[in-house]
Amino acid sequence: MTLTKEDAQSARIASNKKSELNTRIRASFQQLLAFASLLALVLFFSVASSNFLQAANLSNILLSTVVTGLLALGTTFVIITGGIDLSIGTGMTLCSVMTAYFMTQLGLPMILGVIGGVLFGALIGCTNGFFVAVLKIPSFIATLAMMMVAAGLALVISGTKPIYTNEVEGFQSIFALGKSIPGLVIPNAVFILFAAAIVAGVVLSKTVLGRYTYSIGSNMQATALSGVNVTKWTVMIYTFAGAFTGLAGVIAAARLNSAQPAGGMGLELQAIAAVVIGGTSLAGGKGSIIGTVIGALIMSVLTNGLSIMSIPQEWQQVAVGVVIILAVYLDMVRRKKTTQ
Amino acid sequence: MAEFGFQSVTNGSIIGLTSDLQHKAWKGSMSKKLLRISGVNKSFPGVKALSEMQLDLGHNEVLALVGENGAGKSTLMKLLSGIYVPDSGTFEIDGEQVVINGTKHAQELGISIIHQEFNLMQDLTVAQNIYIGREPRIGGMFLSEHALNRKARLLFEKINIDLDPKARVGDLTVAKQQMVEIAKALSYKSRILIMDEPTAALNDAEVATLHELIRNFTNEETGVIYISHRMDELKAISNRISVIRDGEYIDTVDTAATTMREVINLMVGREISGNQRPETHVPSDEVVLKVTGLATRDFLRDINFDLHKGEILGFAGLMGAGRTEIARAIVGADRISAGSIELNGKPVTISNPAVAAAMGLGYLSEDRKHLGLLLERDVKDNIALSSLKMFSRMGVINDKAMKSTATTYIDMLRIKTPSSTQIAKNLSGGNQQKIVIAKWLVKDCDILIFDEPTRGIDVGAKEEIYALLNDLVAQGKSIIMISSELPEVLRLSHRIAVMSEGRLTGFLSNVEANQENIMELATRNIESAVLAPLPPSSAQRAPKQESTAN
Repeated sequence: MTLTKEDAQSARIASNKKSELNTRIRASFQQLLAFASLLALVLFFSVASSNFLQAANLSNILLSTVVTGLLALGTTFVIITGGIDLSIGTGMTLCSVMTAYFMTQLGLPMILGVIGGVLFGALIGCTNGFFVAVLKIPSFIATLAMMMVAAGLALVISGTKPIYTNEVEGFQSIFALGKSIPGLVIPNAVFILFAAAIVAGVVLSKTVLGRYTYSIGSNMQATALSGVNVTKWTVMIYTFAGAFTGLAGVIAAARLNSAQPAGGMGLELQAIAAVVIGGTSLAGGKGSIIGTVIGALIMSVLTNGLSIMSIPQEWQQVAVGVVIILAVYLDMVRRKKTTQ
Repeated sequence: MAEFGFQSVTNGSIIGLTSDLQHKAWKGSMSKKLLRISGVNKSFPGVKALSEMQLDLGHNEVLALVGENGAGKSTLMKLLSGIYVPDSGTFEIDGEQVVINGTKHAQELGISIIHQEFNLMQDLTVAQNIYIGREPRIGGMFLSEHALNRKARLLFEKINIDLDPKARVGDLTVAKQQMVEIAKALSYKSRILIMDEPTAALNDAEVATLHELIRNFTNEETGVIYISHRMDELKAISNRISVIRDGEYIDTVDTAATTMREVINLMVGREISGNQRPETHVPSDEVVLKVTGLATRDFLRDINFDLHKGEILGFAGLMGAGRTEIARAIVGADRISAGSIELNGKPVTISNPAVAAAMGLGYLSEDRKHLGLLLERDVKDNIALSSLKMFSRMGVINDKAMKSTATTYIDMLRIKTPSSTQIAKNLSGGNQQKIVIAKWLVKDCDILIFDEPTRGIDVGAKEEIYALLNDLVAQGKSIIMISSELPEVLRLSHRIAVMSEGRLTGFLSNVEANQENIMELATRNIESAVLAPLPPSSAQRAPKQESTAN
């Protein structure tokens, strides 16, 4: 009798171990697939053009990833909850304007201007969260409205003119200057992106906020019935995501050494595309930060590589569209296979 | 009837079933009840959901709560879980009056509810699901996955459940997900456990395991309210049975001293005819559907059967035996790898369900809510959905014609709805099923495949569906009925086809069939099925040797 009990116990442990291993293999396979596609792209362009694998060009690729990458990081959280954030593009522009406004019009020190810009992004996110969680407005509509409000406010506050930040000491170096690894200069902005990605990754996988992000996206009603204050946490998730919009706005301003009040529209779609290519499901519940980073890199490698191959810009857009369809379809096929 | 004499080995894991575990005695003489509800009223705009509702649950008791759909069970549950606030009435726990303030407070009071529709996060792991909102933290913000999994593992050991804390819930079987729900409920140190139709998706071995868990859970401190439509289960697990009807309390009876017939009569408020087989109506010899050598790539093998005009052919078998798969293969929802289908003597190729419907072959899915109905649309839209062509000219829909047809079928099938423009979601399960049936009747289908036609439907409505099926075949329609409820199969079918592991293991006529010989065929493994002679009454050929291509 005791023998059979022990047998059952060990069989149980063995089967648990097995399923655990399966889950791990599957999770890493997903990231592997995205990473392999990135490598394949890099390889392809290296062969296609000798100019691609140059230090300066690689640095360019990383630089062009920074702003969309930061936006994609924040919006990954929103998308995992099952929502969408269309306001990140113009929201970023508004944050640029606010950062410049804080530093030039209000004369705040650089560091306060930067913090102000980030917090303003969080405020935009918080407002979105309020609309979605408290007023129960679908996120698509709430953030579509916010997209327009932010675009308008950026023009109003700036008086429709760029605000230059030449006189703010050290501001531009946030973006440009950086450490040089022999043969490759990596600008500060790239370090900021990776630092932000690490923070986002830790928050998503190791903290309560991250857990509830997945939980709400997976089954909001069940989460609420389990005694989690879904309204509060949704607002917090949107707020946290908004801080990345703010950071993107600061970086965008530093890059141009000015806040350009008219841009930003359309960036949200690029960021969402990066998130989706990275394997995050628009239905919510699934996604990862590493996927989003790879997705953002795939987008910029693709655009950069096609430019180097002298493919006209209009065709580059077509290519990006095709890649999105391919990435999502392959992901679906793979998921189907693993569930069978 | 035999209760749960099936093997207790499922999914390769061994469930610790010991035969000598005794039903714990119910102590009816406790002075203070664990839970007492009295004089509870609850109204919604236009509807009185509960009226002077009362109920009491003793310590160490499993109280079955039964009532037809719409009787007020779910409203009562929502009051107990703090989702609704009662208009009036009192709740007492151990003699002390309590006011339940929201779901969290209900849990703190020791009330846990396992809803019929699982409240699980599919994308999280088992442990993450169980401790959602209470996860072990480091420094207030960071999660300790290690502590979380250990906590879950200790819980599983304590309540003797076999679950992997790290498995993703979406990857688990329905039965295992049920276990997660139960583990979650027990993790709250619940004293009052309320289960809503916990066995709706479980097979017999899993039901036995569940009942074992319930018996282990109940003690001097705890009690269970068990809501179910499965009458034989109530007999097996409950101490008393409380019946409610139309929002009112009817009666409570001791399970040991009652018959299921009596309980059913209390539920529906009238006598219901018992287990007769179909009356004298005899199917004709005309074969309307002939399936020969049907196989699918990875499951079904060598399926041969005929369906006669005016016949109800029942398909019996354990869950996963392949009954639904046959239906899906016939209507073209799944691809077939071998075999042929003849309709009215003519060979046909059915590439998808739309083609099947055009040929007069309708499939009524077991998953009514997801696959059979547009829950957010109204009754007439649902009834007309498959035959919109009939109600439109050049793409413009004639709403009036749709309405009048819908009204005709509402009357004919006695669908209980205020009007043809009521949203389908608001109707009871039985009436939703009738809408699906009406949809296929409008389409003028002569062959109807019913997959679990009475799942989730209360006893009274079941009777109406049965009568409807009998009417349909009397009118010359032919029916394939897949059902997991043996009494239902026995009662309705002219012939019964039994399946096991993707094959037909035999046919029984309604005269010779009984629960025992059906179960015998359903549990027969493939080797013996191929070798064993078929029952003499079967009109079918003996199964051929493996003749399918992959």
